[in-house]
Order: sequence, then C-alpha cells, then structure tokens
Amino acid sequence: MKAPARHNDRRKAPDRETAEPPRWAQRLLRWYCDPDLLEDLQGDLNEFFDRHLHEKGPRRARQIYCLDVLKFFRLYTIRKPDWLTLFIHWIMLGSYLKTSRRSLLRNKLFSSINILGLSVSMSVGLLIIAFTVDLRSYDDFQEKKDRIYRVITTYQTPEQPPMDLASTSVKAGKRIRELVAGVEDVVIMRSGFGGDAHVGETVVPLTAYWADDAFFRVFTFPLLKGNPATALKEPYSVVLTEKTAEKLFGEADPLGKVVRFDTLNYTVTGVAKDVPKFSHLRFEALVSFATAEALQAKIDPNLQSWEDIWQNYVYVLLPEGRDVQSLQATLARINTAENAAIKNRTFTVALQPLKEAALGRRLSNAIGPTMSPLVVWILGGLAFVVILSACFNYTNLSIARSLRRSREAGIRKVIGALRGHVMGQFMTESVLIALLALVFSFGLFLLLRTQFLALDADLRNLVSLDLSVQTVVYFIAMAVGVGLLAGLLPALFFSRVNPILVIKDVSALKVFRRVTMRKVLIVVQYTLSLIFITATVVGYVQYRSFLSFNLGFQTENILNIPLRGNKGNVLAKELAAIPGVSAIAQSSMVTSLGSVGGTMMKYNNPADSALVWLNLVDEHYLPMHKHKLVAGKNFSLRPRNGEESEIIVNEQVLKRFNIAQRNPRKALGQLVTVDGKKMTIVGVLKDFHYETVLHPIKPVMFRYSAEPGGYLNVKVASPNIAATMEQIEAAWQTIDKVHPLEAKFYDDQIEEAYRMFSGMLKVIGFIAFLAICIASLGLFGMVVFTTETKLKEISIRKVLGASDSSLVLALSKGLLSLLAVAALISLPATYLFFDKVVLPDIAYHPPIGLAELLAGSLIVILLAVLLIGSQTLRAARSNPVKNLKTD
Amino acid sequence: MKGTNLGEFEELVLLTIAALVSEAYSVAICDELEKYTGRSAKLGVVHAVLNRLEKKELVKSRMGEATSARGGKRKRYYEVTHAGKVALTRSKEVREAIWRVIPGFNLEGSL
Repeated sequence: MKAPARHNDRRKAPDRETAEPPRWAQRLLRWYCDPDLLEDLQGDLNEFFDRHLHEKGPRRARQIYCLDVLKFFRLYTIRKPDWLTLFIHWIMLGSYLKTSRRSLLRNKLFSSINILGLSVSMSVGLLIIAFTVDLRSYDDFQEKKDRIYRVITTYQTPEQPPMDLASTSVKAGKRIRELVAGVEDVVIMRSGFGGDAHVGETVVPLTAYWADDAFFRVFTFPLLKGNPATALKEPYSVVLTEKTAEKLFGEADPLGKVVRFDTLNYTVTGVAKDVPKFSHLRFEALVSFATAEALQAKIDPNLQSWEDIWQNYVYVLLPEGRDVQSLQATLARINTAENAAIKNRTFTVALQPLKEAALGRRLSNAIGPTMSPLVVWILGGLAFVVILSACFNYTNLSIARSLRRSREAGIRKVIGALRGHVMGQFMTESVLIALLALVFSFGLFLLLRTQFLALDADLRNLVSLDLSVQTVVYFIAMAVGVGLLAGLLPALFFSRVNPILVIKDVSALKVFRRVTMRKVLIVVQYTLSLIFITATVVGYVQYRSFLSFNLGFQTENILNIPLRGNKGNVLAKELAAIPGVSAIAQSSMVTSLGSVGGTMMKYNNPADSALVWLNLVDEHYLPMHKHKLVAGKNFSLRPRNGEESEIIVNEQVLKRFNIAQRNPRKALGQLVTVDGKKMTIVGVLKDFHYETVLHPIKPVMFRYSAEPGGYLNVKVASPNIAATMEQIEAAWQTIDKVHPLEAKFYDDQIEEAYRMFSGMLKVIGFIAFLAICIASLGLFGMVVFTTETKLKEISIRKVLGASDSSLVLALSKGLLSLLAVAALISLPATYLFFDKVVLPDIAYHPPIGLAELLAGSLIVILLAVLLIGSQTLRAARSNPVKNLKTD
Repeated sequence: MKGTNLGEFEELVLLTIAALVSEAYSVAICDELEKYTGRSAKLGVVHAVLNRLEKKELVKSRMGEATSARGGKRKRYYEVTHAGKVALTRSKEVREAIWRVIPGFNLEGSL
C-alpha cells in the first residue's frame, strides 16, 4: 500500500514510509467512534502502531491495530445517534415513498426483474426459516428442558471406528442415580415394546417405551387421568395416550381396566395427553420399567449389563444452577470403573443437552426424528447464495441505470440533503421493494411448502412448517435485511454523487467506472448457476445408475411381504393358490436395501473370526432371485429349525478366510463354524450386492430355514398385476385381520432405499432452477440496459455500413466471454467436487461422462445467448435515422 | 454509574494520573501502570476506566497541543479533580485503618 501524500510529513525514516495502519480499520474507527473521543483514540492507536512497528515489524503492527480498532468497539465509544438526521428521515419518508413509487412505475421492466428475482429467491429463504424454526422448537414444551440431559454412549472396539449411540445401558442410569449426588432425577427407559393390545374384541397394534416412575417427574407429559407419581411404579402398569385410550376403550374410562399383550395382562394406570408433534420422544403408550425388569429373562437376559447399550435411554435432570461440567468427572469415574472389567471394548457415557436430541449430531439408535445441523447449514447456505444472487441483480441494475436517479440525488443535495439523507432514501427504497417482494414470495412459499413436504415422508414427520408469530417476524426481518443488503451499494453510489457535476452534465457521471464490478457479479452468478445445474445433472445420472444397477440377482416383479408375526408357510399356502403368483420364497430380510445383519464366522483358525452378513432363506429363494452359483448347489437337506448343517457363502468369504486357496470348487465340503455350529459349504455364490451400491461387497452367507419369519418373496407373473394384488390382499386378510398388508415390489423398494439421493437432487435441482432464473433475469436486465445506452453507437455503426450480424456480435461479445469464463470455472469445480468429495464414498458408480457434465451448461448458455441475441438483434434492426434524429 | 466507590483498577489508574502530574495521558498511564504492577495494562481497558472516572467526575481532561508525533493527533491529558483527591485519600484511610488493626504476627510469615 502506498502511503498517501498527506501523511508523508510525519514519516521520519524513509523505510517506514510504506508502513501505515490499514486504511479500512482507520475508516471503521472514524465511522463508529463518537467524535468527542475520536482524535484521542486515533492518536493512541497511532502511537502504539509506531511502537509495534519498531518492535514487531509492519505485519504484526497492522494486525494489532486492526484488533485494537475492533476491541474499542464498546458502548461508550459508539457514536450517539444523530437525532436531527433521524427526524429529517422521518419527515422525508413521505417524499421517499413517493419518488420510489414513481421510479418503480417508470421502469416497469427493471422493477419487475428486481421484484421477481427477490421474491423467488426469498421464498426459499422463507422455507429455510420455517424449517429451522420448527427444528429449534423441538422439546420446547418441556418445562425443565434446560436442565434435562440425555446420557449417550460411545462404543469402541479395536478394529472398528468408534460408534456414537443415543442409547446407553440401564446400568449407566442406575450408577448415576447411586453415585452422583448432584442429580435431581434419573429416568431410565427402553425402546422396543410392541405388540397387539387386546381389550375384549378390540385389537390395536401399539408401540411403546418402557419407562420408570421418574418419567413424569422429569418430562412434561401431563396426565389427564391417573396419578403421575405412581402410574409407572408397579410392574404390568401401562399409561395410554388419549388417542390410544380412545381406540381401545372408546368413551369408557380406561383407568384400572386391563389390556392384554400376548399372554400378559397390563393394568391401565393413567391416560396422558397426546404427545405434541415437536417432541423427540413419541409414544402411543408407556409401560412401567418394572415390567421390563420382571420379564428380564424373556426379553433380554443382559438387561442390567454395562454392555447392553442398544435399546435403553437414560435422561438426567440436574438441579437448578448446576453445571454439567461438574458431572463429567463423576461420569468419567464410572466409565473407568466399569470398563476396567471388560476386555477389548470400551463403553463411554457422556451427557447431551435435551435440545440437541432432535437437532444435533447424528447418533446411532436415535430415538424420534433427528436432523443434523450440517444439513440445515447447507440448505441455509444454498438459500443465502440464491438470495445474494438476486441482491446482485438489484445492485447491478440500480447502478447501471443510475443516470436518471443520480440527477434526483443531485437535486436533493442542492436543496440541502446530506449524504446520510440520500443514503437513507435509497435504502428505504430498496427495503420497500424487498417488502413488496416478500408479499409475492409468501405466496410462493405456500406453494413450495407443500412441494417440500411431499419430498419425503420423514420430512413430514419431522416438521410441519406452520406459520407462527415468530416465523412471521423472522420473515419480515429477512426481507428488511435483504433490502438493506441489496440497497447498500446503490445507496453508497448515489450518496457520493457530486450535485454540481450531475446537474450540469449527466454524462460526466462515471457510471461505467464500475463495469469491472458488474462483470464480476455476472460471472459469479453464472458460475454458481452452472455449478448447481451440472451437479444436478451429474447427480441424476449417478442416481439412475444406482436404480438400474446389476445387483447380481433378479428383482423384477418380486413382491416382498413383511410377515408381521404371521406364519410364513400358512400365508405361502394361501398365495400359492393365486394364479398370478408363479413362485414363493421366504427370507429373513430383503437384501440390497441398506439394512444388514450378521454373525461371526470362523474357519480353521479358532482365533480368527470375522463378521459375515447373513440371510436366512428357504430352498426357493436362490433360484427365484436367480443368484448365480459359481460352484455347488442349492440347499439339499430340509432340516427343522436349529438343526441345519449346510451353508452357502459368497466368493468374499473364501477370500476373507482363504478357504481352499479361494478356489470355489475345492471350497465345497469345507467346514466353517457359525454360532458354535460346524457347517458344510455346499455352494459358492458369485458376489452380489447384499448392501446398497454405496458399500463395497463384503462376505455374505446364506443359511437355511424352512420358515425364517421375516418376509415372503412372491414372484408375480401375471398380465393383470392389479387383480393379482387384490387377490393377495384378500388372502392376507383371511390370515391377519389386524395389520394391513405392506407388500412392496422389490424395484420400488430399491428406489426407496436411494430416496435420500432423489430428495437431495430435487432440492439442488430446484435451487439450480432458481439460480438460473435469477441469473438470466439479471443478464436480461443488463443486456437491455447496454443496448439502450449504446443505441446511438449502434446507429452510427449501421450508417457506416455494419451488418446486423456483425452488430449482434459486437454487442454480445463481451457478455458471451463472461459466460465462457463462468463455464471454465464451474465445470472443473463441479467435476472435482464429484470426483474428490462425493464419489469416493460410493463404492460402485459409473464414471462422470462428458455429456452430462456439459449438458446443463449448454442449456443455460443457450438460454443466455437467446436472451442476448434477441435484444441485440432488436437494437441492430432498429432504424438508425430515428435514433440519431432525437438529440 | 455505581456511586463514587473506587474499584481496585480505578484506584490504580487514579493514583497513576496523580503521579504523572501534567504528563498523564492514556499511553503514558498504560506504561506507568505496567512499570508499577508488572502486568501489561491493555489500552482498551485503561480507556474504559478513564472514561468512567471522568463520568464520575474524579478526573477532568483537556486536549493538548498538536504535534508531529501520533499522526498529528492531539493527546488528552487527565488531571485528578478535588473529588478524585478526596476519594483517593478516603480509600487510603480505610486501608490504613484496617491495616492498623491487623496484629503484626498474622502477616509475618507470609512476607
């Protein structure tokens, strides 16, 4: 930085001539500081600056100067508001509004570009605000929300990365209750209670938590009937929500009545108000935790073990004014003491504030709906980028056509307006336009809301996006913010206008001085638009490849029916009678959808065991899905449950254990140990995708079970699928009257397994659409403006003999090269983003093709060329005489 | 403002102003404080305290002459007012009164 001349007099040593405090920091200080204190402060900072310059060098001195300027920003140093200026603003408001209205109406094209762009972009902002407000209001109804913490667990084994779980062990809860003096209350809960509730003839499937009697002391779930202190005390007590009680008992008073689950009778001890939507704990009923302890032997023999961390949830309530930190030490002591007794694994418990249960980092075994703050930040960031783009348009267009308005600003200044007043006027105008845009964007928001919620059932479950006073206040605040942001640069520009110059000769105004800035803005806008559209197209191609991926087996026309506790063989018999059903198989799970389950397998070396994914199937499963056997054959024995001796594995298993030098033929007949049983390998399957294509293929085994009890896989071969479905439904009805049939076609399920990607694509695609719209609007405005201002130039060229096409080229050359720059930046950026960030996480994916990389950009650039071309052609075709005559 | 009671740091600053006589301006006060206490006195903190002392009317200030140092900016010199002197004397008396009642042996070991 070169020192300005006016400072030279007080620089003694020539080598320090270049060292100056940063200009922006000086300006900032001058801006915020009370004029009474300013000189003194500046002097002190200068003195320190000189001192640091000697001691620490110019770089550090500048840094310290900046920091000090920021640090001096305190209540007593801030410039007191100038009441006179504010008062003048107030009385001038009417005049500002009037001129704003006139200018809006006079330039209908520019006004509509601005309002349209702002409202379209702001509608996304509104959506994100409503989304965030909903997420943040989770568990707000809990009166003790600030004092409730959840106990979470980190599970670490030597071979795998640590796993963070929202659940913990019952023992952790009990130890905290015993050992920690400063805890007011501890709730111990367990998930997984589910079954059909029988009351007389009524049968209702219910899911519930086991919860102990502290539940109602800690959480705010008011009881309509029953005593909260004792409702969950005794074993076999159940508390129903209002809705459940009505389903089971209708109008009758349920208190004291009996509900039967399976063979056990439970007494209704309370009726709770229905759970609010924004609660991370959602239940239809609560069963006393004492029941779980009474049934321990049946449901989970390890219930009280420190290692049983998968299904239990513990919440602690701290006394008022108690700090969490003070508890950590005790928790650490419990962790060390308990982990000392086990080998090779550690379970570490920690506390998490209640408010982070819904909107917090992802934990396994989460209870209720969760959303990661990162997703919210990304969505917010995208919305911000789009809004910023619309603000660019406003800024760009306002400055570009500032000729007329600057005369107005000049006149106002001559009449006596100060810089601040002119700034105020233009800021008012932009805020006004933003508020006007808010009205439109609100309408768009209502449309978008239904679309957004329709994206995914989980989203509907998570948020409702209803309006509240809070959201409306945020909406207005956002509009005002957007107005201020968009209007800042134009306002600064107009407030600097030199009245004498402007009034004397408007052409002296240096409108074109900011051409570079405008070019940069256009490039930024188009770069972002192209990145979004290319990402959408590339992502879509990848997504399609997941759906049509060759999984190594056939899924076509296979209907998977979850048995929901019914006998597989009974249903299979019923379905076999339907003519449209060509084959029926049974399996414990449906592969390739993302869910996994496995057990440990051993080969010759008893010390070497590995987790192998598992599916229990009957003899029809492999042929029906057309799994390819590299060697061997399908299960030949049909043992009863628990007595099987045959196993079919994939090639990865041979590789993992190096069975028979990985030779499938020689591997047949080899023995492996699973669940303590020796089993013979009777078949080796070609590797197939047990998990989704995001994950590499791992060792998999198939074991035989005549009735695995999970799913019925039904191959439908019928010209009339709807009729066959109806028959299947009818067959289901004869067996199960309580649960509805949940049959789904395999291909649909695969599509569902990747719906996270389709949702993401829709969101990014929509953002891309908006970004392109806004960028195109802005470009259009610029083209209109440029051609208008260059009309005379064009006419003269034409008179001198230029052809239409050469004129169009001359006019659009500049803008087209900007688009080329944008494409040159965005395409490699998107490619690198996918290549280095997204795709490495996906095990099986096609390479990024040149076609999909270019397709989006071509469309956008074609659109831009069309916009530029139509306008420039119009200008080029206009009659030069008409344009030159008027002057 | 919280009455005329002096905080510990306020008292130190006030004393320093008195000690510097006619040369008491912010940077000099900082340096002097650093010299006496051995701790670094932050300019921002000293400024805030000076501002508060002036509000309490314990000090008054005037602008000095412009010189070529400090980027041509004038210094603000501080001077202890009568009220300031009273406050200082009072706080000294309070301390001395308490010191007097401390039995000598209580502090012997710690010094």
